[in-house]
Amino acid sequence: MNVIEFQNVSKTFHRAVGQRLLRHYIEDMIGAKDPNPFYALKDVNFAIRDGESVAVIGSNGAGKSTMLSLVTHLMPPSDGKVIVNGRLAALLDLGAGFHPDLTGRENMRLNASLLGFSRKRASELHDSIVDFSELQEFINEPLRTYSSGMILRLAFSVALSLDPQILIIDEVLAVGDQAFQAKCIDKIFDIRNQGKTILCVSHAHAILRNLCSRAIWLDHGQLIMDGPVEAVLNAYEGRAAHSAAE
Amino acid sequence: MWNGDYLFLLQNLIVKDFKIRYRNMSLGVFWSLLNPMIMMGVMTFVFVKVIPRDDVTNFPLFVLCGLVPFNFFSVAWNNGTISIANNAGLIKRIPVPREVVPIATVLSTCIHLGIQILLLLAAAILIGPGVNVYWLWLPLVWALLILFVCGLVLATSALDVYLRDMRYVVESACTVLFWLVPIFYTLTLVPQAYATVYQFNPVAALILALRRILIDSASPDPSLVLKLAFSSTVVFAIGLALFHRLKNRFFDYL
Ligand SMILES: Nc1ncnc2c1ncn2[C@@H]1O[C@H](COP(=O)(O)OP(=O)(O)O)[C@@H](O)[C@H]1O
Ligand SMILES: [Mg+2]
Repeated sequence: MNVIEFQNVSKTFHRAVGQRLLRHYIEDMIGAKDPNPFYALKDVNFAIRDGESVAVIGSNGAGKSTMLSLVTHLMPPSDGKVIVNGRLAALLDLGAGFHPDLTGRENMRLNASLLGFSRKRASELHDSIVDFSELQEFINEPLRTYSSGMILRLAFSVALSLDPQILIIDEVLAVGDQAFQAKCIDKIFDIRNQGKTILCVSHAHAILRNLCSRAIWLDHGQLIMDGPVEAVLNAYEGRAAHSAAE
Repeated sequence: MWNGDYLFLLQNLIVKDFKIRYRNMSLGVFWSLLNPMIMMGVMTFVFVKVIPRDDVTNFPLFVLCGLVPFNFFSVAWNNGTISIANNAGLIKRIPVPREVVPIATVLSTCIHLGIQILLLLAAAILIGPGVNVYWLWLPLVWALLILFVCGLVLATSALDVYLRDMRYVVESACTVLFWLVPIFYTLTLVPQAYATVYQFNPVAALILALRRILIDSASPDPSLVLKLAFSSTVVFAIGLALFHRLKNRFFDYL
């Protein structure tokens, strides 16, 4: 069964050229077409089956985050169809939805409710989330005193306790310390081994080679290559080396 | 799609707003009481001592019936309007139903409102005629005002994502409305031709209803309550429809 499917998906943004007049905003509100759009994703097709773990690679601005945002239903595609089946947990940004003036514990609860936990499950899971994050000492401190690694711990611990069927991660792992990174990666491997689906953007190719079986390479919004992780990464690295040599 | 616990989410968002506002204040909710009391004092001074009048007997209570609804209305509308843009991080990264954000902002303002209503009721007992059976109308008329504000906020918060000027439009509208709502004058002073228009403004309608209930110890005019219900429902429906229409491009603009 396909858990994620993109059918001719495009996502356009406005180009930020020239001054935008009131007329343009109103056209936008009523849904008029932009005559000269910027394609962040252009006519992308792929399907991910239940239990696959897929890496998404590409240079900055290639459209990776745009793709994950579409999967997460943060916006509709401009064209085409995005189909997602299954409960999804997404780590797209460090501490999205966190507030610096709330304590770690308050943020944890808020985040849990944002991700869709019920009151009961949030209370049941409270201790295991704190344990996993290893932040017991700091849990009553305001978040503004946390380092980015500590915020990652908190965000990760909440998202992973959601027991998702599909896990989506966008370049957030890099800020954790070695030990916590290793722990997160262990946990992600666990999730994969339980047969869950994983979609992961990362520049850490060594991890991707181990974690993922398949990779999708995006460039300027277009799907360049979709295949076994080893082959795609090699092609991508080859091209990167090639353009560096030029 | 998001299929979480709406009540739990709303509660958390409301508590968040409330905590953030008060965490670093030593007097906390006391500030909610101070503002209307000062305004009541100042306006009583101006309209009783400076410009004497005889059409209103209990001016402090009379003006408080105007200030409390208007205060809530303007604070909730202003805060609600900027709520989507202010929560860009959340809107762009977490697929929560977008409607929840402005509505939670309005409801968190209701905590202050609750405190101010207690002040108003205390005033009605201490310097007014006291409790009467018509107080039973109060939950309904207040709920209709809150519905109205939710509708307005849904519309303006969505527009504010596209055009950040919206927040200044709302600010100016509040300044104008302060004069166009019968806060320190009675509806009888308003020429007949405009009086009906006044009653279709939910803020004005609520103020009129409050004065009937709390000062005249009488039931509010049913036709007034109907107008209040009508305007609030229509505005809420329009606000919700507009929000629905505009939310698809929030991501692009934030
Ligand atoms: N809200 C937006 N408005 C205009 N352009 C955007 C917006 N969001 C992203 N883009 C553009 O879309 C392209 C793809 O972005 P993104 O998916 O974030 O790339 P990455 O692969 O680095 O994650 C980039 O060129 C970026 O500038
Ligand atoms: Mg990105």
